[in-house]
Amino acid sequence: MALTREQMAERVARELRDGFYVNLGIGIPTLVANYVPKGMEVMLQSENGLLGMGPFPTDSEVDADMINAGKQTVTARVGASIFSSVESFAMIRGGHVDLTVLGAFEVDVQGNIASWMVPGKLVKGMGGAMDLVAGAENIIVTMMHASKDGESKLLDRCSLPLTGSGCIKRVLTDLAYIEIADGAFHLKERAPGVSVEEIKAKTAGRLIVPASVPEMKF
Amino acid sequence: MAGFDKRVDSYEAALAGLTDNMTVIAGGFGLCGIPENLIAQIRRMGVKGLTVVSNNCGVDDFGLGILLKDRQIKKMIASYVGENAEFERQLLSGELEVELTPQGTLAEKIRAGGAGIPAFFTATGYGTPVGENKEVREFNGRKYILEPSITADFAIVKGWKADWYGNVVYRHTAQNFNPAAATAGRITVVEVEEIVEPGQLEPSQIHTPGIYVDRLIQGNFEKRIEKRTTRAA
Repeated sequence: MALTREQMAERVARELRDGFYVNLGIGIPTLVANYVPKGMEVMLQSENGLLGMGPFPTDSEVDADMINAGKQTVTARVGASIFSSVESFAMIRGGHVDLTVLGAFEVDVQGNIASWMVPGKLVKGMGGAMDLVAGAENIIVTMMHASKDGESKLLDRCSLPLTGSGCIKRVLTDLAYIEIADGAFHLKERAPGVSVEEIKAKTAGRLIVPASVPEMKF
Repeated sequence: MAGFDKRVDSYEAALAGLTDNMTVIAGGFGLCGIPENLIAQIRRMGVKGLTVVSNNCGVDDFGLGILLKDRQIKKMIASYVGENAEFERQLLSGELEVELTPQGTLAEKIRAGGAGIPAFFTATGYGTPVGENKEVREFNGRKYILEPSITADFAIVKGWKADWYGNVVYRHTAQNFNPAAATAGRITVVEVEEIVEPGQLEPSQIHTPGIYVDRLIQGNFEKRIEKRTTRAA
């Protein structure tokens, strides 16, 4: 079975380490916050200027001056700090964020990522994504392995305008956990019950498959 | 106005001198910390052909979106514009010129502009459409693109509290682009929720020192919430 969105978030959360400062993108990455392992402390960075994002507020806590990068109302946890956009991107661009998790439309074997624009369709803008992928050493992309029409999103070369070049080393899809190195995708883990053959069939870019590929456990 | 007293007594006075085809930097992120009354005043003035620099462009009926509706904006420099149907329509029909700029690059362009730095190198956008036709330099084995900084005829800023001297503090994440914007206007206009007597603000807690502020006005704010998201109590 392909992973659910929640399972994808749970799998990504296993890459968290105690004391990490983490930036989570919109969508599946946001769910990772629900799976921080017990006894571990991480600090969530929101690029509009909040380090130490807490849970959503209760009705009585809602404050128009307290939002996250997705423009949702949020709270600040104990130990949080709030600052300007300039300061926020100094943290990001300066490589101070330990882990960035974000979605994508396509990733390729060179570590290129396309995530912000589909020509001819609506252009919403890149927001902070280009700064995040350029600034982080440690990035995990979460996305569906193939589009709804069955087209692979793991390519030899991205077809859409890039968000960043040569910056992605790890991808978690609904079917597999994959690392990118030396111009190829390296299959590391597969979703429970998903065969290597299915992953091969749905991966357009060069894929290297070791003798045995462990199943993820949940 | 006398000495360092930056207060003006009307929104007309706050934006006096703003004319057609000027460049305006606006603070705010989404609808959070936007100078909503100054934007409304620009609408009342009816100036046209503006170049507006702001992370977002409001929504259809609030924030900078109301200037789009009246076709007052010629060019928009922003990082994310996805919340605005009128924006999309004007963009696709070619009525509006748009320069999409990565959020961190936009913040740094404004910061550098205010700090007298004409351009800077950043890795952000290298190898993407943002980097096309820009000068590339290699430092320590990595490629960077040259990004020119931004200044404006007017900067419009939303603060929380300020004293007469124009020393400003911001509240929570309504800070965002506001402190940078305040540094980059030839004329910087700040509207706040409360103007306090000098001495009421702790000097070491000031976010925007008064030297950047030309005009100060107290307003009433709707502070609309874009995505009200809550959990059970």
